[in-house]
Amino acid sequence: MQEFILPANNAEMTWVCLLIPLLPLIGFLINGLGNRKLPKGLAGLVGCATVIGSFALSLFLFFGFEGYGNRPYTTDIFDWINVAALQIPFSFQIDQLSLIMLLLVTGVGSVIHIYSAGYMHDDENFGKFFAFLNLFVFSMLLLVMGSNYVMMFVGWEGVGLCSYLLIGFWNKVTPYNNAAKKAFIINRIGDLGFLLGIFLIFITYGSVSYGEVFNQASQLNEVNDGVVVAITLLLFVGAMGKSAQLPLYTWLPDAMAGPTPVSALIHAATMVTAGIYMVIRSNVLYTLAPDTLEIVAVIGLATALFAATIGLFQNDIKKVLAYSTVSQLGYMFLALGVMAYSSSLFHVLTHAFFKALLFLGAGSVIHAMSGEQDLRRMGGLRKALPITFITFLIGTLAISGIPPFAGFFSKDELLAHVYQHSKVMWAFGLLTSFMTAFYMFRLLYLAFFGNFRGTEAQRHHLHESPAVMTIPLIILAILSTVGGFMGLPPVFSENHMLANFLSPIYELARRAVPSAFQVEHLSHEMEYILMGVSVAVALVAIILAYIIYGKKKSVPAEEGTTSGLHKLVYNKYYVDELYDTIIVKPIMGLSTGLYRFVEKGIIDPIVNGLGKGVLGGGRSLRLVQSGAIGSYILIMVLGIALILLLNFIIL
Amino acid sequence: MNEIPEVIRTIPLNLYLYFSTALFVIGIIGVLIRRNAIIIFMSVELMLNSVNLLLTAFSAYRSDPNGQIFVFFIMAVAAAEVAVGLAIIVMIYRNVRTTDINILNKLKW
Repeated sequence: MQEFILPANNAEMTWVCLLIPLLPLIGFLINGLGNRKLPKGLAGLVGCATVIGSFALSLFLFFGFEGYGNRPYTTDIFDWINVAALQIPFSFQIDQLSLIMLLLVTGVGSVIHIYSAGYMHDDENFGKFFAFLNLFVFSMLLLVMGSNYVMMFVGWEGVGLCSYLLIGFWNKVTPYNNAAKKAFIINRIGDLGFLLGIFLIFITYGSVSYGEVFNQASQLNEVNDGVVVAITLLLFVGAMGKSAQLPLYTWLPDAMAGPTPVSALIHAATMVTAGIYMVIRSNVLYTLAPDTLEIVAVIGLATALFAATIGLFQNDIKKVLAYSTVSQLGYMFLALGVMAYSSSLFHVLTHAFFKALLFLGAGSVIHAMSGEQDLRRMGGLRKALPITFITFLIGTLAISGIPPFAGFFSKDELLAHVYQHSKVMWAFGLLTSFMTAFYMFRLLYLAFFGNFRGTEAQRHHLHESPAVMTIPLIILAILSTVGGFMGLPPVFSENHMLANFLSPIYELARRAVPSAFQVEHLSHEMEYILMGVSVAVALVAIILAYIIYGKKKSVPAEEGTTSGLHKLVYNKYYVDELYDTIIVKPIMGLSTGLYRFVEKGIIDPIVNGLGKGVLGGGRSLRLVQSGAIGSYILIMVLGIALILLLNFIIL
Repeated sequence: MNEIPEVIRTIPLNLYLYFSTALFVIGIIGVLIRRNAIIIFMSVELMLNSVNLLLTAFSAYRSDPNGQIFVFFIMAVAAAEVAVGLAIIVMIYRNVRTTDINILNKLKW
């Protein structure tokens, strides 16, 4: 892609690019090293200021991009790996895609950081928390800014590590630690695929730099070339792990064990979007492999549907949101699968706004309820928490796809593309959308309407959160309201700002496979019909939720009293138990067996026997040192004679 | 081999080998069977000198001066060693009033 990407010739730009990830790293170092010494106020200030600084610099890059010729550029920082044919510079690539991701990560990240300062205020490890959050943002920035797959992998592993650290942040509780381990291990499975994909890329193209790889792929490879299909499938395995797709999704709901701002950061702004980013970044390769895309679409749709059904009956406020995230991520992969890359990114953006809002809102509720997360113990909170309620309502409307909130535009655009690809997939997508609206409003009614169902102590404790928490909610609520206008559908406006802005990054793919981009536009009537259908479906779901949980004030049954399908769904189809039985238990059994028989029966005796033998030998050989010089000399002479003799025999 | 002087060639190399082997074995036997530390010391010197002789002989027959340079080094080191060794033996004698190695067996374990 030499003709597309040129190195930046401007020292100022290089410095800005370098500072964006460097600031959070500095924040991490300050907070990490000064964990116990820094006062909380200062730790919070450092943590927030560094990310906000990165956000400001990202804005600077974003607005400077047009003045810089509106073309992608790379900034080489230093030669990183330079071995024989393998040459990997440590350099950043700034183009339309990384700019959008930069703004998302630092922007939503900043808001979440500010909120954390309020939410975690009473935690004893306040400084440590901010250190980890900063490291998280740093890793994600490396991931989106790197100019080659290896740098992406470093960031990829970095966010994996940080998610482990943060999910298990309250590490005095064993289940939380288990959740952290689960997230880490499941991600490792995906990472293996990703790593193999990178190896295959290097073997095939002799480089891992985006520009070089895509350039070669667009010129050399045929559509559905076996190598490209293999590469894209392997990369997608990585995305399945990181972005929680079937069958590697089970870590994400468990990740709720971490503090709420962490959930928001993982679910909305950073980690889970990495998989989507990676696929869009590799759009040249994926466009060349329609077979892979079909698989991506099917897995995405299956995930969306599957997770949505689980979300229907969850009673933990954060679990509902977590399954909703899995489901929405499925949507995004569905869009990727039908080659609607920009729509997918659009949904990533709007989803980041309203999902961050919903998580932070849930955090505000949990804060007010002194740690209670069970929807069955809430109710009637709208009077006590007015700001949280209104912002949460906006988030719920946005995710349900009610116009004019952000989620409507992105979801509608996404579904329109799916409709063009396959009517069946569209129908299932619509079904998912129905369930999304239903479970979100179920949550809303259970938490904010009806009578309070908690304890007396909780009732007295109810209070609106401090400004440091409500202001981020308000910012995100505004973004969730207006965020959709960056991508108006063709019926309203010919100018789809986001898609137009992103258009250049598909240039190579367009050249390689021109036919793939020649999709007929829907007629305006059809667009109106599709929009009408999806809004109608959402409205029906909302009305249904109102009838069950608003009007009749039904409360979900207590544990153990449900049966049949409901029980099956409530227990998440027993997928965790299934994994436990077919994977975890056999491995545990095997390792116990190996420990008992191989370790204790064979290896230990050998190792201990060697040690004992040496000790015993030393004890008896010691006696040879009698002090009698004659015997020493005799032994010496015999030794020399023996050596000479051996020499004589062997040579 | 044409550079080797006639004088040296009159005695074949084999004889040097036999001779120094004999000297060396005498030295070993002396070290092994004598009990007086000073005599053992002399036997060691005998062994060293047998090796010196061999080195010189080879050096002469191969027209290679390296061997003779080695001999000089060995002599210098041996002289230094003898100075130290004898001093130690003298000190031991002053303390124990004997140089019999069968009695000097304190250095054990």
